[in-house]
Amino acid sequence: MQTDKLSGGFDHPAIQSAHAFRSVMEAMARPGTVQDIHGAEPPTLLSSAAGSVLLTLCDADTPVHLAGELDCEDVRAWLAFHTGAPIVGPAHCMFAVGTWVTLTPLSLYPIGTPEYPDRSSTLIVECSDLEQDGVRLKGPGIQSIASLSLPEVDPFQANHSLFPLGLDFIFTSGSRIAALPRSTEIF
Amino acid sequence: MYSCIVIEKVVEMKDASDENTRRKLWMSVMAKAPKGRVSELLDATMKRPEFTWLRAPEIGSTMVRGRAGGTGAPFNLGEVTVTRCALRLHSGEVGHAYIQGRRKADAEAVALVDALMQSDIADLVDTTILQNLENDHAAARQARAAKAAATKVEFFTMTRGED
Repeated sequence: MQTDKLSGGFDHPAIQSAHAFRSVMEAMARPGTVQDIHGAEPPTLLSSAAGSVLLTLCDADTPVHLAGELDCEDVRAWLAFHTGAPIVGPAHCMFAVGTWVTLTPLSLYPIGTPEYPDRSSTLIVECSDLEQDGVRLKGPGIQSIASLSLPEVDPFQANHSLFPLGLDFIFTSGSRIAALPRSTEIF
Repeated sequence: MYSCIVIEKVVEMKDASDENTRRKLWMSVMAKAPKGRVSELLDATMKRPEFTWLRAPEIGSTMVRGRAGGTGAPFNLGEVTVTRCALRLHSGEVGHAYIQGRRKADAEAVALVDALMQSDIADLVDTTILQNLENDHAAARQARAAKAAATKVEFFTMTRGED
């Protein structure tokens, strides 16, 4: 039976999702920091961090795009049981999950409109590793200068130039997350 | 701990012919059972099997929608408080419960019965629990209909001798 697809949610939804939300919020508010996040045990294709982010932020009102090999029966069923989020293509999603290679090009995703810049996507990028070095970041939430290992540089710089429109990124690896909001300048 | 369950349920009249018809029936009977009744019947039948939670019982509300006459445009009838949970028996069957009201203990019993109905003792569970619930339900309907029938007023007109 479909039992494994149904397990691996939060055992204590109220408490664990509050902790996970705090981690996502801290990561978003302080770009370049790496936070711990845990609680979910999603199907093996997804990391625990990406699973926890999805359980915390997604519900029936947030269309999700599963990129590449993540778009499989196991992940779809797991997401459907635990969040009820509809699965859609990249042009209509509020969240997209996948590796950097499967998520690109970024032009596929909605960047919001001048009246409603919030109607844009948040990309959850699965990374093999997260390091606080690499490109340098500057902007809101960063006191002087921060660093983060990004899979590429140019697309993020182009994304920042769209501000106040643009995409936001959450990088996940194992049980750790980092984030890069559109307001952060990369150089 | 309360969380909000938002489900849109469209109550429609359809030809009942899909494969889940039987399961829909028993889920419906148990969802409407009075407080404590499913637990009582389950405990009278057997020792509760061991299980693990897939989703611990949680309370929320769901919008019930209806169609006038069963065919009109859908409209929102109102919100119903719902308790839901999901569990897995150690033998592997998965049971779900969506029941009316704030009743976590009952949701657990209903999910257990749902799981048992998919196991090899389904017939026993059917005769000792579900049949009883259906009988309760039928009796309640009949009592209500009888009560209403007692208030029925018979109108008749005397012949006025005009023709």
